[in-house]
Amino acid sequence: MSDTPSLTTGDRETPSAESPLETPTPVTDSDERRRLHDVWVAGTEEPDWVKDATDEGAQELLSEADETSLATQRGTLVDDDYLVEDDVDEEERQIINMGPQHPSTHGVLRLQLELEGETIRRVKPIIGYLHTGMEKTAETLTYMQGSTNVTRMDYLSPFFNELCFSLAVEDLLGIDIPPRAQAIRILMTELNRVSSHLLWVATQGMDIGALSMMIYGWRERELFLEFFESATGLRMNHNYIRPGGVAADLHDGWEDEVEAILEAMPGALAEYEELLNENPIFLDRTMGVGVITPDEALAYGVTGPALRAAGVDWDLRKAMPYSGIENYEFDVPLGKHGDVHDRYLVRFGEVRQSLGIVRQVLETMPEGDFRTEDRKVTPPPRKRIDESMEALIHHFKLFTEGFKVPPGSVYQAVESPRGELGMYLVSDGSASPWRLHVRGPSFANVQALPVMMTDSLVADIVSTLASVDPVLGDVDR
Amino acid sequence: MVSEAAPPGFLTTNLDKAVNWVRTQSMWPVSFGLACCAIEMMATGAAHNDLARFGMEVFRASPRQADLMIVAGRLSQKMAPVLRQVYDQMAEPKWVISMGACASSGGMFNNYALVQGVDQVVPVDVYVPGCPPGPQSLMHGILTLQDQIMAGEIKR
Repeated sequence: MSDTPSLTTGDRETPSAESPLETPTPVTDSDERRRLHDVWVAGTEEPDWVKDATDEGAQELLSEADETSLATQRGTLVDDDYLVEDDVDEEERQIINMGPQHPSTHGVLRLQLELEGETIRRVKPIIGYLHTGMEKTAETLTYMQGSTNVTRMDYLSPFFNELCFSLAVEDLLGIDIPPRAQAIRILMTELNRVSSHLLWVATQGMDIGALSMMIYGWRERELFLEFFESATGLRMNHNYIRPGGVAADLHDGWEDEVEAILEAMPGALAEYEELLNENPIFLDRTMGVGVITPDEALAYGVTGPALRAAGVDWDLRKAMPYSGIENYEFDVPLGKHGDVHDRYLVRFGEVRQSLGIVRQVLETMPEGDFRTEDRKVTPPPRKRIDESMEALIHHFKLFTEGFKVPPGSVYQAVESPRGELGMYLVSDGSASPWRLHVRGPSFANVQALPVMMTDSLVADIVSTLASVDPVLGDVDR
Repeated sequence: MVSEAAPPGFLTTNLDKAVNWVRTQSMWPVSFGLACCAIEMMATGAAHNDLARFGMEVFRASPRQADLMIVAGRLSQKMAPVLRQVYDQMAEPKWVISMGACASSGGMFNNYALVQGVDQVVPVDVYVPGCPPGPQSLMHGILTLQDQIMAGEIKR
């Protein structure tokens, strides 16, 4: 896309006059003071301020007159000509809830559906059932501990969360990362992209009835998890990519393990495609289902495979390269129709491209440090602590109070398997973030679900929802 | 046990043991995934680890058909009533496994949003540690629960 907005990533801003460093103005209004200091005792009647503070509204569908975005939602191109509109009685409209406990909502998403017979007239996603307060928790943890927190956000692509956080912190610190650390980061994130897409194809298949697809997808995913476990010590939530580099160098024999994955995957992908590509049920339930146009996708902030399936050439690895990804050759697969089937094709294309990147990393892995040698950021090696007073002091300071980051704010984004994962980090010069805001890709993608689902059939909900691949840990955080 | 009084080919036992054995060997979990642990729970049920070896692979979408609830992941304040409702909908006898640090104690998220341990909402039989617990840990938890049931009486 030539007319892409001229965004630059990671530009450091000096704190302005309205910076959060300013001391908050004291509350003078007496009611406001009482509101801030009053404590509501459980069992007594709820005072108004408690209701106001926690009320989320009626959580019901608005009347159609109030639904401003309805015109946009009606723009979908689902082929439901065989429905005879006149046969449906207005009285037959019913509202049903799907979730939060439902096997096909990919976690704890709740969808409120207004149905007219089998046709969906309106959809309202209700989120927050997995709200974990991670942005707030990030403020209480030091930058050294921060990646432990963020890795649990989007739990299917933990490396991307860590990478995004680490890049943001490093940008504020103004430190350079050794080439080997950058290459390890690319290796891990691209492997993670494949494992995440494998999980997607497993659940997409399962949700629309190809149950054996689920077994296959999980089978190959174990290959990746075993490699992650031997490199990082954990199957998920690795806390491996940290500000300053990565936690540990790759283990002996990692080349052979990656080589084994690269050898196994083409055959596995061919197996999946044999199962799905000419499967009439799979084609019927994906082609022309859950369509979103490029304009609608851009308007709703949809990113990732769902955007590229609509034909918009926007991949942050090309548009705003990070961690040296620009040194590797790969293509960005694009779709034409913006339907579920194109998302399937785009994701499989991405898996092949990611495997190509992994192959290039494997062949060009540079030697050197796996983390920066800046002792203000990186703990000294264990053996140095016995020899050097300085090393002991650095070690002690880093693990008690962490390192301090210069004041400023930064927005850093990476292309996660689900889209643009961005983190906006504000530092006030202390050892923990003043504010961390996360732009979760699934959050923006879920808000486009009504566009994709309106006027389609009940059976298409599951297919469309799975194709967006929302991770509720990423939506709610 | 093989009784000498009985004709060959017969086994005798007491009712407790027989019923408990039946219960342990076909325990159906309700599919109640919350967060990261749910992915490991699914991995446990999938081909590589094959939870079917313990008669537990049949994850039921309806709590009415389930005997076991594996609370897999962090439980937010907003989700807590839903969890309790699903538990109440399960028919007796029923058991609960609290999977992972967040479900057991709130884990690393000691903040306003999370219930600090699902045992505040439902009675828990086995706690599985880990963040997330690997499939082997979950299987160990399941085997521990089976041992508990085998050792106990038929109360419900």
